[in-house]
Amino acid sequence: MRGLMTVLRKESTENIRDRRAMFNSLLLGPILFPLMFIGIVWFTTMAEQERAESTLEIPVVGAEHAPSLVRFLEQQGVIVKPAPADPEAQVRSQEEMVVIRIPEDFGEHWNAGKPAPVEVIADPSRQESGVSIRRTHALLAGYGQQIGMLRLQLRGIAPDLTTAILIRDVDLSTAKSRAILAMIFLPYVLMITAFTGGIHLALDTTAGEKERRSLEPLLINPVPRWQIMTGKLLTTTIFAMAALALTMISFKLVLPLMPVGAFGVDLSITLTSMLKILFVISPVAILAASLLTVLASFAKTYREAQSYSGLVIMIPLIPSIIFMTNPVKPEAWMMSIPLFSQNMLIGEIIRGETVPLQWYGLSFGSTLVIGLVLAVIAATLYNRPRLIFSGS
Amino acid sequence: MIVVKDLRKYFGDVKAVDGVTFEARDGEITGLLGPNGAGKTTTLRMLYSLLPPDSGEISIDGLDPTRDAMEIKRTLGVVPDGRGLYNRLTARENIRYYGDLHGIPRPEMESRIAELVETLEMDDFIERRCEGFSQGQRVKVAIARAMIHKPQTVLLDEPSNGLDVMSTRALRHYIRSLKASGHSVVLSTHIMQEVAALCDRIVIIAKGKVAADGTAEELLERSGAESIEDAFVRLIGSEEGLLM
Repeated sequence: MRGLMTVLRKESTENIRDRRAMFNSLLLGPILFPLMFIGIVWFTTMAEQERAESTLEIPVVGAEHAPSLVRFLEQQGVIVKPAPADPEAQVRSQEEMVVIRIPEDFGEHWNAGKPAPVEVIADPSRQESGVSIRRTHALLAGYGQQIGMLRLQLRGIAPDLTTAILIRDVDLSTAKSRAILAMIFLPYVLMITAFTGGIHLALDTTAGEKERRSLEPLLINPVPRWQIMTGKLLTTTIFAMAALALTMISFKLVLPLMPVGAFGVDLSITLTSMLKILFVISPVAILAASLLTVLASFAKTYREAQSYSGLVIMIPLIPSIIFMTNPVKPEAWMMSIPLFSQNMLIGEIIRGETVPLQWYGLSFGSTLVIGLVLAVIAATLYNRPRLIFSGS
Repeated sequence: MIVVKDLRKYFGDVKAVDGVTFEARDGEITGLLGPNGAGKTTTLRMLYSLLPPDSGEISIDGLDPTRDAMEIKRTLGVVPDGRGLYNRLTARENIRYYGDLHGIPRPEMESRIAELVETLEMDDFIERRCEGFSQGQRVKVAIARAMIHKPQTVLLDEPSNGLDVMSTRALRHYIRSLKASGHSVVLSTHIMQEVAALCDRIVIIAKGKVAADGTAEELLERSGAESIEDAFVRLIGSEEGLLM
């Protein structure tokens, strides 16, 4: 083990002295990601809020067919604008988000007691018009309901009769479990960091060493190659873990700055949760280090290795994206899938749920096993004599 | 003492080493002379157990690199063609790294480094980081690193590559001192003057085969040439890849 520790010590010293790499892996990620997170949440919250509170300005076509409806809208604070010549074109060109059109036969239907048609012209595929469309619908529906009730009362019927069922929501989500919506970002960021935190070292200590031609003299030393390789792998893992810890700390510091009021959610992470999350993600750091080392051993230069690693970075995103778009209920067997299980466990920890111990064990164990298998593959690749010459 | 018998190594169709036989005795400097791509580096790589030979025998002080790889590595000091220093480490740290890999205890290592610093005249830069070192300084660090464990046999691949006149002189001086203290030294080179100036025995390698083998006088005699240079050209049969 002497050789292993020597390699570990040397690679660490060398990496710490590489200011640019240190800045990239240990500072940039942990600062940038939380800031990005805050920025995105802040921006979307603000934008939603602004649209929800702003005055609706709706052009109404055929206002003369339903003067009482138009009056109602104005009473509700809507600024009714004069009708444009071509309402569809106005919406398509994004001049207007919503245009109301009252057809000529509105009065006819109205007087006959039939549902009177009102058209809402909008393009719901434009996300920014969503709030305006919903508000317009709510206003029109409100007016319809009000008139409907009046009609029933005129005929001597209690309007309550039409409300056969009263739905009451009993909301069991706690402030913490609602936080997951906002915190879905964290597992995603941690997964990426587990890979990016060690990427420079994994490539520099293998492909980089080959490129600088220092690998050949190194391998002439009387130390088994697996020890040299493991030393490098451990250094990579340690630095990736450091990046993960820093990211966690910076998230913890940054979360209180979030516009929490908008969500009404509790966004804090306790120290215990942080340690649990670090434990859960640690085998991913080993897996990432081994995978990158295997890849790098095929590359002749640092740059070539870097171009391969671009694809590897996509791997941790897959489960995060699947999980984000298609959430599933965590079950024991899922804990044996690397990357997936970490995503779920981090989610559960943030929600403040109690996670069965065997889930931790299964997730940690299965990921570690695959990481070690990859490490053995990396070691085997290191034992090939060709490893050195593929560079020269 | 190195004994190499009928060594062969093919890479696909390329016969990199195709039946090389030679001896390198203790207290002598043996030069592997040959044009670029003649198989010198491949031969050396098989000696320091980095490449397994396809066939043939190697014995270094009675050890076989394929069977006793770890033992061989302890008795060899190797300066490969690629010096490969770590630029973010100081010269001393570079040397210490190899000392640690050899498991040399710290007090012993520091006194050993002190000796090497003196013989190789490294006082000016021993505490400096290797970033920006001249070729001469790099070779010195690479040699010190290879000699930290006091190896009996020393292998140098193109040691004077990229060195200026002064550095080359210092290097030759050092190699002679190794010989004087009874080491077995093998160096590979494609530079004629180097073998003429240094080597007791010359092994001329061309196209993976030994074209001739002997002392400078023997080679001159055998080829009937006036100078080593002419002898070389006659013995390998072409001027290809030859550097004067």
